[in-house]
Amino acid sequence: MDGQSNPREAKGNGMEPTDLIGAYRRMQTIRMFEERLHDEIKTGEIPGFTHLYCGQEAAAVGVCDHLSVDDYIVSTHRGHGHCIAKGCDVKAMMKEIYGRADGLCKGRGGSMHIADLSVGMLGANGIVGAGAPQAVGAAIAAKLNGKGRIGLAFSGDGACNQGTTFEALNLAVVLKVPAVFVFENNHYSEHTGVAYAVGTSGDIASRAEAFGMKAWRANGSDYFDTYKVMGELLDYVRAGNGPAAIELDTERFYGHFEGDPQRYRGPGELDRIRTERDALVSFRTRVVEAQILGSTELDSVDSEVAQLIEEAVAEARAAPPPDPASVTDDVYVEY
Amino acid sequence: MAVMNIREAINATLHSEMERDSDIILLGEDVVGGAGTAGGQESIGGIWGTSGGLFAKFGPDRVLDTPISESAIIGAAAGAALAGKRPVAELMFADFIGVSLDQLWNQMGKFRYMFGGKTKCPAVVRMIYGAGMNAAAQHSQSVYSLMTAMPGLKIVLPTTPADAKGLLTEALRGDDPVMFFEHKALYGVKGEVPDGEHRQRFGEARMVREGGDVTIVTCGRMVNFSEKACDKLAGDGIGVDLIDLRTTSPLDEEAILDSVEMTGRLVVVDESPPRCSLASDIAATVAAKAFTSLKAPPIMVTAPHTPVPFARELERAWLPSPQKIEDAVRQVLGFR
Repeated sequence: MDGQSNPREAKGNGMEPTDLIGAYRRMQTIRMFEERLHDEIKTGEIPGFTHLYCGQEAAAVGVCDHLSVDDYIVSTHRGHGHCIAKGCDVKAMMKEIYGRADGLCKGRGGSMHIADLSVGMLGANGIVGAGAPQAVGAAIAAKLNGKGRIGLAFSGDGACNQGTTFEALNLAVVLKVPAVFVFENNHYSEHTGVAYAVGTSGDIASRAEAFGMKAWRANGSDYFDTYKVMGELLDYVRAGNGPAAIELDTERFYGHFEGDPQRYRGPGELDRIRTERDALVSFRTRVVEAQILGSTELDSVDSEVAQLIEEAVAEARAAPPPDPASVTDDVYVEY
Repeated sequence: MAVMNIREAINATLHSEMERDSDIILLGEDVVGGAGTAGGQESIGGIWGTSGGLFAKFGPDRVLDTPISESAIIGAAAGAALAGKRPVAELMFADFIGVSLDQLWNQMGKFRYMFGGKTKCPAVVRMIYGAGMNAAAQHSQSVYSLMTAMPGLKIVLPTTPADAKGLLTEALRGDDPVMFFEHKALYGVKGEVPDGEHRQRFGEARMVREGGDVTIVTCGRMVNFSEKACDKLAGDGIGVDLIDLRTTSPLDEEAILDSVEMTGRLVVVDESPPRCSLASDIAATVAAKAFTSLKAPPIMVTAPHTPVPFARELERAWLPSPQKIEDAVRQVLGFR
């Protein structure tokens, strides 16, 4: 992969070590959250379908580190990383995934339907491609509010084939709204390869360009590259130039869903991507080699995050389930 | 009280509500019209004449002409509503829910529940529906039965200019997604409209007539057809309780059951095919909740289980008619 930008450049780009510690903490939180889920799901205690974000941490954090709570994002079925990167409460998320009464969505949504408007997270989504038009709507709202905020849709390479996404790309250009389309290309639409399913030989950015918007590409497994390129993109969008897109090349460390035997992977593929494209490892190596952060500092972040996840699981397991009598609550504001 | 038709009442309400609340925006295909043409925007002034003058008054940031992209129109409305705006999206024909249903059904109708009651989605989707203009199978349907079955959506069908104003105002003041059905054959119906603030609560049926012998429950254009039947029946001394539901979700069960408890005889008139329809739903509700009051099996007057045909003779045969309604009333009265 190209796009291995220098961490010192990123620092010169306005990033102080505290920001880098925060970025590392957010990426590590996603990693440990997901790896723990991978283990806990095997116990049968967590209901439903779960799609893990491991491997793509640099994408969510590199993008969301540019956003404030007033910027809106919409997410996907593989949304835990986006939620954590945007600032959703990790313990409340874990309770939601366990289906608990005090989960972030009271146990109504589960893994695929986590939202928290207080941090500008408009919702994960179980329907592939549903989010892109909603981000255009959020961008319409942001433009009307006139404060330089944006509406951003995370989509995968799978969603880039949905008609809703095409409609949204065009509508955003027509209305010239501050919408951002982030395509995380993890090379798999469920169990089908991107080279097969995306008719432009797997190239998503050129597809966005064909709709009349500017598109960028970055290494979505590298925090510094994603952060740097995303900064350029957002300068362009926040200046009122209309929508933009970015294709982030990244990897999915687990299957489409938990329990997926991944028979579609090539020999040694999983070992290779974990060795060559681990965003946490490359981040640590580079900030330590560049003497921006020390191993000890990073180790203590690891311990703190491990403790947080341990508590999140313990509290989620102990939390009460929803009252069955609440099953008809919250359909309407008033009915 | 001003006299105006339903088209004018909707247009006037959009004007006054958009003046009152700067969060209200309007979007859809040709809601302005003429964008990118030599004639310029507002050269046609909206395809149904319901959005005339809004673009000139509120400008391109609040009145948005969109490409023919129904999923994106409804999806953008959903996103804008989550982000704090009050979008009014127009589906030029209600039949186009076929290409935007996910955003209506899986998205705006479910946000609040899926997200644990922590969000609201105050979007209004205006959709133009109904047969009677020979627009054939894909531009004539009454999809309110389908949508009534979807939890999280409110289904509203005005039949008078006063209700058009009252119900649209209520939709724009409320915090839930509302499917606002405008019958294309009712736009010209005239009537008095209250001046100033006028809100009509949802779930409160309109008792169009009180006659006491038979209950007719209906909505939309079938209210007008039923009134014609009632006029003829009145000549024979038959009195009908005619109930215009106004909204099918929420449903005013109390008004229906109260009337059936008095009359014991029910005719449901519904401009949609009969299976899993509003008619079958009302008939089932009455059978389950007012069984001992019934003196006769409920009769459903509906369209047949077919698409809407094109030719005048076929479309007339497809639609319920005042004659079919009158016959049903006589039949339900004749049951011993």
